[in-house]
Amino acid sequence: MFAYYFELGLRSLRRNPVLTGLMIVTIAFGVAASMTMYSVFRAVSNNPIPQKSSQLYAVQIDNFGPQNNQNSEPPDELDYIDAMALLRAHKAPRQTALYPVKLSVISDDASQFPIRPTTYAISNNAFPMFDIPFLYGGGWGAEDDENRASVVVIGRTLNDRLFHGANSVGREINLSGHNYRIAGVMDSWDPKPLFFDLASNGGFADAIQLFIPMSRAVDLQLITAGGTDCGAQNYGTGWDAFLRSSCSWVIYWAELPSKADADAYRQYLRDYAAAQQRAGRYGWAPNVRLRDVSQWLDYEHAVPPESKLSLYLSLGFLVICLVNTVGLLLAKFMRRASDIGVRRALGASRRTVYAQFLIEGATIGLAGGVLGLLLTGVGVWSVGLIFDAQIARLATLDFSLVALTLGVAVLATVLAAFYPTWRAAQIAPAWQLKSN
Amino acid sequence: MLQIKPVLAALKRHKAGTVLIGLQIALTLAIVCNALFLIQQKVTHLSRTTGIVESDLLTVGSEWTNASGVEVGSLVRTDLQTLRQLPGVADVGVSYGYPLRGGGWNDGVSTKPDAKQSAALAWRFFVDDHVLSVLGAKLIAGRNFRPDEIRVVDSHNLVTPAQLIITKALADKVYPNQSALGKPLYIAAATSPSTIIGIIDHLQGGSASSWSDAISDYVVLEPKLLTDKSNAYLVRAQPGQLSAITKVVRTALFKTNRMRIIPDGEGEGAGVRSFAQVREQAYKSDRGMAIIMSVICAVLLIITAAGIVGLTSFWVSQRRKQIGVRRALGATRGDILSYFLAENFLISLGGVLAGIVLALGMSLWLVMHFETQRLSLPYVLVGVLLLLLLGQAATLAPALRASRVSPVEATRST
Repeated sequence: MFAYYFELGLRSLRRNPVLTGLMIVTIAFGVAASMTMYSVFRAVSNNPIPQKSSQLYAVQIDNFGPQNNQNSEPPDELDYIDAMALLRAHKAPRQTALYPVKLSVISDDASQFPIRPTTYAISNNAFPMFDIPFLYGGGWGAEDDENRASVVVIGRTLNDRLFHGANSVGREINLSGHNYRIAGVMDSWDPKPLFFDLASNGGFADAIQLFIPMSRAVDLQLITAGGTDCGAQNYGTGWDAFLRSSCSWVIYWAELPSKADADAYRQYLRDYAAAQQRAGRYGWAPNVRLRDVSQWLDYEHAVPPESKLSLYLSLGFLVICLVNTVGLLLAKFMRRASDIGVRRALGASRRTVYAQFLIEGATIGLAGGVLGLLLTGVGVWSVGLIFDAQIARLATLDFSLVALTLGVAVLATVLAAFYPTWRAAQIAPAWQLKSN
Repeated sequence: MLQIKPVLAALKRHKAGTVLIGLQIALTLAIVCNALFLIQQKVTHLSRTTGIVESDLLTVGSEWTNASGVEVGSLVRTDLQTLRQLPGVADVGVSYGYPLRGGGWNDGVSTKPDAKQSAALAWRFFVDDHVLSVLGAKLIAGRNFRPDEIRVVDSHNLVTPAQLIITKALADKVYPNQSALGKPLYIAAATSPSTIIGIIDHLQGGSASSWSDAISDYVVLEPKLLTDKSNAYLVRAQPGQLSAITKVVRTALFKTNRMRIIPDGEGEGAGVRSFAQVREQAYKSDRGMAIIMSVICAVLLIITAAGIVGLTSFWVSQRRKQIGVRRALGATRGDILSYFLAENFLISLGGVLAGIVLALGMSLWLVMHFETQRLSLPYVLVGVLLLLLLGQAATLAPALRASRVSPVEATRST
């Protein structure tokens, strides 16, 4: 029966070509607009580390005081004093202080220009914390952090470029004039958005290709490539004065496997801040935050407002397209009142009328979906005109989006067909026959 | 006059269609007038001026790989010489921070030392003595920096500068109703003051993002070369020479010294950008949103119109017999035409009334979630007029067809 109704549906598409065409185009536009915007939204609202997003926490401690805060929120980063105190206390199973730095890879070959890959200074805990996969070797040891060693973990892309993919563990590379021993080569690892640092590059920059120990970076007086917020203070001049200042620039993350661990750590942070208050460093009550990955992404507005707004706008557009489709389907179905009357008089049940017209609706939806798919393709392709190139390249028309586009088109049209179908099924056989 | 009563009586028999068209008009109005309002805001946002001569201006970001401290000072001087000798180059300056750069440095400034609350938040641009003239910014009082006033420092040794140049907007903010020239200004909680030696008419800050709108015109220029920040060479080209310089500038700099990074690409992080590209990238999301909303508005209006045409045509074909009867009983073509137009007008009126409520509700929601401004009434009025006219225009074709129904139809059986 399904095949027969489907065929009837196809035949009916040809019956009122203008009305049908209008419906198909309406559905196609509605679906294409919302799917294009969804493809962007999906990319920016991605959970970058799903297996651990409820175990990793961003740590914030108020070192500015209520006068210099916005909405009484502590700054995003810690100052160097607090970060080092937390690292030394080692109250979480794993924790890392980190910050983005600028280092250039200098080739021995004088014909090669230096390159500057995305680089972070971290502590060795970060490798297991962030589930960073290794191709060769591994992270450096705790003693390397301690000894402020010149070790480095490089990314797969950089290893391919410098060593043609060979195992380079133990070899040396020159970064901005200093030699580093390679401890490990990462496999492809590119969480998007880069949850632990959304501020310095928006979270969608090129994949990280270099990690060095933060202790080494501080020794080299490498300034952060991210933000430095000193509030309203004048710390004087010099690197050491900067380290002693309450300028916020060190990102701090902790891994806390259970909720109890998180609660205990939160209490520890409060106690730490209270101790700082007693010591006279802070002139205000403890104000700390511990946010897991999804809370952090929310708080930092990882999803650009433009993306949200355009998604909502396009969904509103889809709703209007559907209202339009309901009206047009009503007109299309009611034109065939006499057909329905005849069928009903010949013994067709309401149920069969339902089946026939819903399948006809689905046929229109499918046609709209196919056209919508083409338009979505055009839409996704032109996302780069509107959004940043870094975000645009993440919006792709993959299999799941194709399936979703067709699914939404068919489902939405069937939904829109319910009321017109119900009206069609209400047609009394006798009355129609008589009036003819 | 129009016969409203029979129209209403007829509409009662087409409740579903009436409600659908009304609903569609209401939703379309809500989206269209909010979108028009947002488009207007985006356009206002991106038509702000920078205060500089934007044509024939090139920005070249170059960072040293190994050099640091004082060494950077002499390397930059060599670069400046190299660039000034390129054919087609009028002048070159070096700066950390320029209008629409995409981020930079801001700090509080105040008129008193150790002020707990700063008088204003401002952009800090660290410039040499060429930057003002290279940018073409207009000095309206005082003087430019002298070459001997430029200090070479790194970002952790920012001794308080003796001289500052600030924008007029900032001068008016910190010293209202008096001339700021020669007066002191304390930057970033400095203990000693700097003297304002010059005031420029207008200069836009380092970002076009909405977070910085409030401080967009507040800029402080300091006579410094920062050795550890991403400086840019600002190159003023002779008219028509911009593209020629763009082609050779990277090679020329690498030839002078290869231990540097000049990022490739075209995006925000690109090393070599004409100011036209800088502006385009700074306003990409504003312009993008304006485009999306315009396209959606246009398609929405077309679809709504098409929906009205579709349903009205259906009604006309349903009522051919009744139209024939009316015609046979003496109704003129004009009567039939005005009947359908009146019918649409009533539905549209109901739709726009509901739509106004929806539009205001939607605007309130946008204000709450996206920190936009409240929808202003003229946009609602424009939307209402637009949709009423659209409804009438969309009804016209089916209504004309209805008016051509011959009285003979009354005698036919269907």
